[in-house]
Amino acid sequence: MTARESTSTVARPLRMEVSGLQSLVAALWTAGYRVLGPTVGEGAIVYGEVRTIADLPAGYTDEQDAGHYRLRQRDDGALFGYNVGPHSLKRFLLPPRERLFTTIRTGKQLAVEPEPVPTEKLAFLGAKACELAALLTQDRVFSSDQHPDVQYLARRRGMFLVGVSCTKAGGSCFCTSMGTGPKVESGADLALTEVVTASEHYFLVEIKTAAGADLASQLPLRPATIDEQRQAELRIADAATQMGRHLSTVGLKELLARSTDSPHWDEVASRCLSCANCTLACPTCFCNTVEDVTDLAGDHSERWRRWDSCFHDDFSYLHGGSVRASVKSRYRQWLTHKLSTWIDQFGTSGCVGCGRCITFCPVGIDLTAECAALQARTT
Amino acid sequence: MSAIHPPFVADAGSALVPLPYRVQRFVCDTDDTFTLTLAPQSGGEALPFAPGQFNMLYAFPSGDVPISVSGPAARREVLIHTIRAVGPVTRALAQLRRGDTVLVRGPFGKPWPVAQAEGHDVVLIAGGIGLAPLRPVLYHILAKRKRFGRLCLLYGARTPGDVLYRRELEKWRGRLDVQVEVTVDRGDSDWHGEVGVVTQLLERAQLDPARTVAMVCGPEVMMHFSRLALTKRGVPESQIFVSMERNMKCGVGSCGHCQLGPFFICKDGPVFDYPRIAPVFSTKEL
Repeated sequence: MTARESTSTVARPLRMEVSGLQSLVAALWTAGYRVLGPTVGEGAIVYGEVRTIADLPAGYTDEQDAGHYRLRQRDDGALFGYNVGPHSLKRFLLPPRERLFTTIRTGKQLAVEPEPVPTEKLAFLGAKACELAALLTQDRVFSSDQHPDVQYLARRRGMFLVGVSCTKAGGSCFCTSMGTGPKVESGADLALTEVVTASEHYFLVEIKTAAGADLASQLPLRPATIDEQRQAELRIADAATQMGRHLSTVGLKELLARSTDSPHWDEVASRCLSCANCTLACPTCFCNTVEDVTDLAGDHSERWRRWDSCFHDDFSYLHGGSVRASVKSRYRQWLTHKLSTWIDQFGTSGCVGCGRCITFCPVGIDLTAECAALQARTT
Repeated sequence: MSAIHPPFVADAGSALVPLPYRVQRFVCDTDDTFTLTLAPQSGGEALPFAPGQFNMLYAFPSGDVPISVSGPAARREVLIHTIRAVGPVTRALAQLRRGDTVLVRGPFGKPWPVAQAEGHDVVLIAGGIGLAPLRPVLYHILAKRKRFGRLCLLYGARTPGDVLYRRELEKWRGRLDVQVEVTVDRGDSDWHGEVGVVTQLLERAQLDPARTVAMVCGPEVMMHFSRLALTKRGVPESQIFVSMERNMKCGVGSCGHCQLGPFFICKDGPVFDYPRIAPVFSTKEL
């Protein structure tokens, strides 16, 4: 099942029962996809394999705030009634560790064996709007015309995406500020909205691509009534009013570009542990490094790429020392890159408003608050 | 496959996977600096490059380092790199000898503006190992001498023993169509040349400032003072080019290490015209 382009016709939304979602999961596995989605594990909503809808976090939600994440029970059986967890899709496209090539020495000869291009077809069920926006943001990093990233793009090429619009927002959420959510407008093959009422539990399904239409044709769907569409829209609109955070992006790019010498960086640095949690949880942070792992004889060596972070002291190492030796310069680099220079580099902000960096910061540093503080200093 | 998937080139080789090269020649330039001449292990031509570009050299199994090409771009069968042994990988590269294999990725980065410099006077200002990335420019101009105006090389080394490419410098200095000035920070009893910083050589450079293209390579502080001296001399800032250095790992702008403000030094640089880099140039810890 492969899509080509967006379907040009705007198909009428369809209604799918919960049992239809099970059919959807089964159809994806049958089509050769490894289906990934939200599951409960490690005391959080994390991403894992979804064999049946019983693997989904039915009746769970997440409670989030700066430096705070708790898994909670909902009073209904919603399958996607949470926001985002510590995982993001980047772990499947840019794995935390992956081998790039192997080198074998025979005498004075060196032979290089590139890692085979991945062929596994991935499907993701339950990608929230911010998650899909993050995927598009990472795509721009790894699909440069001159040097496309072969490994990343091979995984991305085959991916089937089932988006789910948020019907509630969390304490760290600010997707409305970044224009990325809460509704899944694009970036997915199918877009679902979950509706749970006292008497009903169903999904509104919007077909976004030809691949989505293909899959939908195998599912028990019927056209949604006007009321069913309204029920879905109301819930998304509700979520948009519940954002726990807000970021004022007007003039922010320029403000950060000229705030290099702001005393506020010292203030943040007095709290920042430079632990790199924000960058690891961030769905767009792409920084990576390579390490060469060799056997004792020195005849066999493997080059592994692994996630790295601009918060590590050796990240900017140049002969003689690190360029960014202080924590203040590293936090400045991270925030300025995310919200300002990213736009220079890739034409979009590096932030999608998911709030992970706020939730998973052990000391609760909140980028929306840091930006507000910088903005307040200049007004 | 989603409708919004990025373009994918099925047959694109990965820029992250190196090719094996054979060390054809190993020359000690100074106590800590050496030059490798590399030819593809599989035979045939080397990767074509433009003056100012760099390769990632992998001293098996120590790791990668970015090294500018220091040889002539017109010599297609080899890659020549001049390297100062300062860290674990460059010291491992210093252990290589003729017949050994080294792995090469590249070439990467934006080159010096040699075509743009045609019809202009050209001044090359080099500090220390910064002479190596500028040498391909010199070779290029000398090979196509008529296309350029006056040519001037200003070079500063720490001590007489650190002067790179000494025999070539003396040969170029003997020519009537190139001005070569060399200075050292600290002389010794055998040194009868200039002592002092490289910027002081600029005063005697024969050139028409308004019609001059300047290419500067060396430590950031040296490039900073060179830029000031060039501006004072009347060379327009848009005609001043510098070669920047940061921690380059991937070479293609996707590992994030070499960022300097909005730039990835590996792909947006290393060569920048001064007005472009000026907003972030010499900013502490940026």
